[in-house]
Amino acid sequence: MYPEYMQESIKKVEATRPDRLELARKLGKMIYPGMNKQEREEVLNENHPDYKAEARTKVRIGPDKGMVMTTEIAEMLERYSRIDIKNFDLSKADIKTDVLVIGAGSAGMSAAIVASEQGSEVLLATKLRLGDSNSMMAQGGIQAADQADDSPIIHYLDVMGGGHFDNKPDLVKALVNDAPLSIKWLEDMGVMFDKKESGQMVVQPGGGTSRNRMHSARDYTGAAICKVIRDEVYNRADKIKYIEYTAIVELLLNDKKEVSGAVMYHLENKQFSIVKAKSVIISTGGFGRLHIRGFETSNHYGATADGIAFAYRAGAHLLYMDSVQYHPTGAVYPEQIVGFLCTEKIRAIGAQPVNKDGELFVYPLEPRDVEASAFIRECNNGKGISTPSGIKGIWLDTPLIDQINGEGTIEKELPAMLRQYQRFGIDIREVPMLVYPTLHYQNGGIDINDRCETNVPGLYVAGEATGGVHGRNRLMGNSQLDIIVFGKRAGQYASERAKTIEDAGNLSLDHVLAYNKEVEALGIERSKVSPIILPDYIPDHVKAKQLIQEYNGTLI
Amino acid sequence: MSDTQKMVKVYVMGEAYMVPEGSTIVGAFEYAGFQLKRGVGCREGFCGACATVYREKGDYKLKGGLGCQTVVTDEMYIAQIPFVPADKPIYDMDEITPDAGTFMNLYPSVFRCVSCNTCTKACPQDIQVMDYIQAIIKGDIAEAANLSFDCIRCGLCALRCPAEIVQFNAAILAQRLYGKYIAPKSPELEVRANEIIEGKYVKELEELATMEKQKLVDKYYNREIKIS
Ligand SMILES: Cc1cc2nc3c(=O)[nH]c(=O)nc-3n(C[C@H](O)[C@H](O)[C@H](O)COP(=O)(O)OP(=O)(O)OC[C@H]3O[C@@H](n4cnc5c(N)ncnc54)[C@H](O)[C@@H]3O)c2cc1C
Ligand code: SF4
Ligand code: SF4
Ligand code: FES
Repeated sequence: MYPEYMQESIKKVEATRPDRLELARKLGKMIYPGMNKQEREEVLNENHPDYKAEARTKVRIGPDKGMVMTTEIAEMLERYSRIDIKNFDLSKADIKTDVLVIGAGSAGMSAAIVASEQGSEVLLATKLRLGDSNSMMAQGGIQAADQADDSPIIHYLDVMGGGHFDNKPDLVKALVNDAPLSIKWLEDMGVMFDKKESGQMVVQPGGGTSRNRMHSARDYTGAAICKVIRDEVYNRADKIKYIEYTAIVELLLNDKKEVSGAVMYHLENKQFSIVKAKSVIISTGGFGRLHIRGFETSNHYGATADGIAFAYRAGAHLLYMDSVQYHPTGAVYPEQIVGFLCTEKIRAIGAQPVNKDGELFVYPLEPRDVEASAFIRECNNGKGISTPSGIKGIWLDTPLIDQINGEGTIEKELPAMLRQYQRFGIDIREVPMLVYPTLHYQNGGIDINDRCETNVPGLYVAGEATGGVHGRNRLMGNSQLDIIVFGKRAGQYASERAKTIEDAGNLSLDHVLAYNKEVEALGIERSKVSPIILPDYIPDHVKAKQLIQEYNGTLI
Repeated sequence: MSDTQKMVKVYVMGEAYMVPEGSTIVGAFEYAGFQLKRGVGCREGFCGACATVYREKGDYKLKGGLGCQTVVTDEMYIAQIPFVPADKPIYDMDEITPDAGTFMNLYPSVFRCVSCNTCTKACPQDIQVMDYIQAIIKGDIAEAANLSFDCIRCGLCALRCPAEIVQFNAAILAQRLYGKYIAPKSPELEVRANEIIEGKYVKELEELATMEKQKLVDKYYNREIKIS
């Protein structure tokens, strides 16, 4: 149920609805004039989060010093290590393994499975539980060119065009070539893809695809995949040792500046352990929980870009860390699902965005970045609706859908959305949804080649933590694909390397010491540390009374 | 926070706190000053990390729900269940068959189901849990896989089951058996996978990867679009 104070605004929406319905009947989707090139540029420049002058900053230290990055990322990189190095005895390791995998989403768990198949001992350390990750949350689908009228060649063109040709060609080649093999790998493990009776995959088109190429498993595609991969990890207990609620906070390097292990922090008993490993795979996912530019996010609780922080300190180069994917329609009310993704289809089948006075202000299907910017502008102009926790949003007038297309349309076309809102006593057939752009995906990341190698020997990266596969704009369905393709590759090549190594060498944190000095030279306050590990949602008035170090910015 | 914000009283593991009306259970913990580690994952109803038990004012019932999806009410008592100790046997998917016998070996407890329906009532995903357990007993693996598909492994069913069945682990086994052995294999996927193993696309992909940018851009904009 919407709180009483919002009812007044809802009444205004209801009052203008008959006229807007009339308009939709007369003009179809063109209920509001589309923007021309100049208007688009204007709304983007003035409102899109990425276009704000303060949205991007040159990072002042580290291997990519001078590179323009999203400000929050630059700020996270210009921080001290969490650990006090003099307290660590690096003369011996607490745990030894062939391959250390950091982060148990589908990328990390695929890597662990393949590395174990190759005969390596694997340690899989993850911050929350196995599978608590963005991988579990994908609803839409996974791309792969396996249909007769499709091919990896056509898929290649779609990926490059979608990424505005900024993608690294070798990575895209690997992505599209391995795609059908990855789907086959998943099918053989028992993932229940949507199929016709003949066994043929049900495939849909997606934004930027020139063929029907989106495979799905109802609207739980990510979960269907991630649950099966996780079950397989459990089944390999003899080869894959996993530790939950354990965050990696730094990498260790040997004298040759190769990765030789990592420092692990157990969130609950607060103990640190030293891991020695012959190869290390980072699969820590994205950055939604950094709430870039104050945005709500669709991401899971642990999406804080930790891998970027410790890889950068160890000397790894980054790519496209200046680009953020926002989705125009994230839920802002009910509070329980703030940031929750509301599919584009809602607008495609007739819901109209309107302001607090029930007025139209934008063509409903502008390109994503333009649409998002128009929503932001409307709220900035005082035409948004505030939620009890102070977030602003605009209405997506959903009752029109049934009025335009006939009763029962919402139930048939948007069952998951309908159910999600019904949980909180909101019937989207009767009342509108309150939405605002949500922070969705980390387009850039750690620079890798098609073997998932970084410029730091022994350090591999897979999944959302990498940059280059999608250029500056990922197409839907290619991320679920990328985590399987490159997760498997990382497992393969990291394991191959581990086999050639007798001993990983000495364990040193000298690179972190040197990095800390650079941070100090910038005059950064000593309390600022990274990686972030978990976001902090404790209200200020409570924190003001929690006068212990533990809550200084973030956890620990 | 607007001035109109109403507050409600909740008891977090017995201790009273005032939190904003409309908060989720997870939100209430955080508002009260807890930095959660366990008991929260996706925050959107997909991962099952946030199983919680609660009792509402004037109600004798002990209820279960997802902490990220359940709204607090005034005078509610809440306690999280961040971990469900559960039996998980190890199996090799290539060595087992999609039938009741497999479950007899791996999850014999399933056959002790007394059809009390407690699990179904406990499930926050509205899954017909008892029905999928019964389907396993009958050897109808396809039915069990389909009924249990939306399971997010919160563990609330297993906690209430008088027969000590681990429904969610049996569910993923049923789903995998169905996906691997019962659902028809995708024929076109088989063909394409073989082509790739034979290296059919390597040369052409290499040409694209080394193509001059303008040529690639032209090729992209001239590509045929065949969508249905
Ligand atoms: C709501 C939503 C819907 C989506 N829908 C789609 C879709 O339909 N199609 C598509 O292709 N893509 C989709 N995506 C994107 C896609 O799901 C993700 O990009 C992808 O799953 C990322 O996988 P990953 O394995 O790289 O990272 P994740 O799955 O996020 O896993 C990272 C893991 O690392 C752990 N970790 C983080 N830091 C540390 C540390 N310091 N130490 C140890 N462990 C750590 C995390 O806890 C987590 O378990 C969606 C994303 C979201 C959020
Ligand atoms: S079946 Fe059991 S574990 Fe799965 S969602 Fe329902 S209650 Fe949770
Ligand atoms: S709670 Fe246990 S015994 Fe009761 S119906 Fe469910 S599985 Fe059977
Ligand atoms: S936190 Fe994932 S279901 Fe609640």
